[in-house]
Amino acid sequence: MSAAPQALRVAQLAAAPSPSPARRPHVTIRGLCKRFDNAVIYDNFDLDIPRGELISVFGPNGCGKSTLINMIAGLIPPDAGQILFDGMRLDEIKFGYVFQNYREALFPWLRAFDNVAYPLKMMNVPAAERRARAEKLVAHLGVKLDLNLYPYQMSGGQQQLVSIMRALIVEPEILFLDEPFSALDYEMTLFMREQLQRIFMETGTTTVLVSHDLEEAVFLADRVLLLSRHPARVADFVPVAAARPRTDATLSDPEFVRTKAHCLEVFQREVRRA
Amino acid sequence: MTSEKLKGFLPVIGIVGLLAIWSVTTWRQWVDPVLLPSPLATFKALWAGMDGGALGFDFIKTVYRTAASTAIAAVIAIPLGIVLGSSERVYRSLEFVIDFFRSTPASAMFPLFLILFGVGDETKISVAAFGAVLVILFNVAYGVMNARKTRLLAAKVMGASRLRVLFDVMLLESLPQTFVGLRNGVSLALVIIVVAEMFIGSQDGLGHSVFEAQQLFDMPRMYAAIFAAGVLGYGLNLLFLLVERRFVHWSGK
Repeated sequence: MSAAPQALRVAQLAAAPSPSPARRPHVTIRGLCKRFDNAVIYDNFDLDIPRGELISVFGPNGCGKSTLINMIAGLIPPDAGQILFDGMRLDEIKFGYVFQNYREALFPWLRAFDNVAYPLKMMNVPAAERRARAEKLVAHLGVKLDLNLYPYQMSGGQQQLVSIMRALIVEPEILFLDEPFSALDYEMTLFMREQLQRIFMETGTTTVLVSHDLEEAVFLADRVLLLSRHPARVADFVPVAAARPRTDATLSDPEFVRTKAHCLEVFQREVRRA
Repeated sequence: MTSEKLKGFLPVIGIVGLLAIWSVTTWRQWVDPVLLPSPLATFKALWAGMDGGALGFDFIKTVYRTAASTAIAAVIAIPLGIVLGSSERVYRSLEFVIDFFRSTPASAMFPLFLILFGVGDETKISVAAFGAVLVILFNVAYGVMNARKTRLLAAKVMGASRLRVLFDVMLLESLPQTFVGLRNGVSLALVIIVVAEMFIGSQDGLGHSVFEAQQLFDMPRMYAAIFAAGVLGYGLNLLFLLVERRFVHWSGK
């Protein structure tokens, strides 16, 4: 694939008139291709991710949910295709990434506070300012955590909260979370969903969340991206209308139940497709 | 609460048991008293030797040689292990050589090192360092190579350069394994030093002390020297464990 037509298309996209800046897609994915050994995971995949929304990615096992956000976040190189953020490359923007395995993603030799501030150190922010910004973030999120502890002294949920704060400290334009709660027990998962929703409402950061739990995917999302079996297509991109903050009552709201049922139907159709 | 209190006393049981069996054996004269002196005679010899006697001097000599060889080994092996471990390809190409010499008994190298360094301290220290280097090197390299992939990715995602990843992540990730290497290295160094002190024209050291006492058939002194060597080996291991617990607080957590 040659770069020139791509660049041209991007230029056209950028120049295309849009109703308002807020409606412009944040992330544009064009012609994405990826294969592992003999399996074609993505073949000429296109997607627009809207700005300031929380997108859940859901789909059959092995369809490439994590691969998608890992390619967007630059952890895995795509074989071909282009991913742009407001027309900019990944290395030109600030982003945050939260791993599923917090135990292996945090640095056990640093106190939680220094874990949170580490990305700022990579940006050569002076120590005093790092401290101030980390303290500001803690106050802003209203997190009740003793950040002087080491990660291994904390519960799983607290560790994942530290991971999320570490991703937020750079004031990212986009936040990626790869099954962030799947290593937590149910009680902690419920608590963390609430925390994530609160953080999203506070910051309004474009967020892409991979989930293996349909209820969680629908509960948290502004839109649920349903992928097909690989090579992955967009099976559906379902808006979730429920108002925030969503609560336990939302789960039994007829509109919410209908949306969830629709997602399940699409999912099962895709699972059954051989 | 009582069971918690009892737990602290458990290690004492083994010591008391050993001393009891030893005392009864010598008291009933089940073993020739020339071969096995009583605990009291042994500890008298140990006390006399350590309290201004020759044994104390030998002890310090052995400590010095073991510490010197371990320090030399660590200074060589840790940086080299990090370099080798940070590139799996480099390590794989040298793995056989490292494993081969790691498996070669260091004592087999004595004659070679005697030719190279003569009969002085240099030979003993360098043979022990040679043995310890390979043990430490192997552990450091594996520690670096087995750094958690997620952690390396996390650092990369946060914008850490390759050098940053090496110093901020790989180096710290390898520390628990490095301490395993250091503990094994110092144990091996002590073994080699004591053997060297017995046979390579030595005038001092715990190995010399054991050997000389045996030649003179001074059994209490020989057992005292063996105990001194045991205390040293145990103490060195404990020292590294305490240092590790202090500085590598996340180890095993």
